[in-house]
Amino acid sequence: MSVHDMANAGRTHEILTARRAGLVGCTTCGKVHPLDTRVCRRCGAALQSRDETSLQRVWAWLIAGLVAYIPANVYPMLITQTFGKRQESTIVGGVIELVHHGSWGVALIVFVASVVVPIGKFIAIAWLAISVRSRSAADGHTRQHVYEIVEFIGRWSMIDVFVVAILAALVQLDFVASVNPGTAAVSFALSVAFTMLSAQNFDPRLIWDAYEADDT
Amino acid sequence: MTIHVPHTTGHPALGPLDELIACPTCDGLHRLVHVAPDMTARCRRCHTVLLAPRRGAMTQIVMLAATAAILMIAAIFFPFLELQAGGLNQRTSIMGAVLAFSHAGMLPLSLAVAAFVVGLPLARFVALIYVLAPMALGWRPARHAARVFRWSEWVRPWAMAEIFIIGVAVALVKVAGLAKVTPGPAFWAFAALVLVTVLKDNFMCRFTIWRTLDERTKS
Ligand SMILES: [Zn+2]
Ligand SMILES: [Zn+2]
Repeated sequence: MSVHDMANAGRTHEILTARRAGLVGCTTCGKVHPLDTRVCRRCGAALQSRDETSLQRVWAWLIAGLVAYIPANVYPMLITQTFGKRQESTIVGGVIELVHHGSWGVALIVFVASVVVPIGKFIAIAWLAISVRSRSAADGHTRQHVYEIVEFIGRWSMIDVFVVAILAALVQLDFVASVNPGTAAVSFALSVAFTMLSAQNFDPRLIWDAYEADDT
Repeated sequence: MTIHVPHTTGHPALGPLDELIACPTCDGLHRLVHVAPDMTARCRRCHTVLLAPRRGAMTQIVMLAATAAILMIAAIFFPFLELQAGGLNQRTSIMGAVLAFSHAGMLPLSLAVAAFVVGLPLARFVALIYVLAPMALGWRPARHAARVFRWSEWVRPWAMAEIFIIGVAVALVKVAGLAKVTPGPAFWAFAALVLVTVLKDNFMCRFTIWRTLDERTKS
C-alpha cells in the first residue's frame, strides 16, 4: 500500500479529469455528460463543472456561524433551579461543573463537541477556502483529509443542544429542581447549522484543480 | 436530436459516456463498467469510494430501513426515561425531550430538533424503502424514485439519531449525581435503531443505487 501511495504523493497526479476531457461529472450520481449539459439525465441534479460561486457561499455561512458562536458562549446554555436557587451556566461553565463532579470523560466529550470541534472547524474551513486560491498550498491528500474530517465531525457538535433538551424535559421536579434551556442553545444550534452549510457548499474539486493548473 | 452524437466524446479513447464515472471529490475520470460484488472501486487520485456494490444490498437495506422505521415508531410511543429523586417522579417521552425548547419560547429550535431526531431519520427510512423495494424485487423504479432518493441523500447530514443517543448518555451522566434515572423501552428501541442505521449504511453505495435505478428505468 505504501509503495503505491508514495508514487501518488509527488507530482504524479496525472489523471484525466472530466473537465479536461470536455465533460461534466454529476457529483450526486457520478454520471458523465457533455460539458454544456445543465441537468443530469440519470438523477436530475443540476450540473456544474466547477461551482464558481461556491467559495462565496462558504465564506458567507462561515461568517454567520462565527457570529452566532459568540452569543452561544456569552449567554447561558442551562438555567438550573434547585430549592429556589437559580443558577445559570454557559457552555464552558457546564464543562467546568462536570470536571468538579469528577466526570472527566463526559467533560471531555462536551468540551470537544462544543468548543474544540466548532473552533477547529472555523479554522479548517477558512484554511481550505484560502488554500484553494493559493498554488503553494499543502498536498491535495492532506487537504482532502481535512475536508473529510470537517464534513464528518461537524454535525456531532449538536450533542450539547440535545443534552440541554433532554435535561430540560427530564429535570422538572417543581420546587426541588428544574432545568430550563437558556438562549445560548438557539445561538449554538444556529452556529452548528451554519458551519455545516458552509462545509456542504465547499466544492472539493477545487482542492484538486491546483494540481491541474500546475500540470498544464 | 444531435445531442446524442457526443456519446463517443471528444476523446475517442474514452469510449461511451455510460461506461465513465467522474469522481465527485476530484473530478477524476474513470472507466468502470462492472465492479464485482464485495469489491470496492476507489478513485485513483483521491481514493474516494466510487462503487462498492454488496451482494443482496438492496434487499438488506430495505429490511434494515423497515426495522429502523418500526423501532422509531416504538420509540415515539413508549416511555423514554424516568427520573426518581426524593420520592418525586418525572417521566419523559422522546417527543417530550425533543419539544423541551418550546416551553422556553424557543419553538423554532424545538421544531428543528424534532426534525433532526425523529422527522428526518424516519422520512429517510421511508424514502429508502420506497426507492429500493422495487429494486430489491426486480421491478421498475417507483414514480419520482430519482427525486425521492436525491432528497434523501441531500438531507442525510441532518438526520442525527446517532448524535442524539450520545446526547442522552451525556445527559444521564450529568443527572446521575442528583437523581436515579431508569431508561424505558423507548430508550432501548432508539439505541437499537442507531445500530440498525449503522448496519444499513454499510450496505449503501450511492452510485450503485443510481446506476441500478437508471438501468431499470431504461429496461
Ligand atoms: Zn446525476
Ligand atoms: Zn477522486
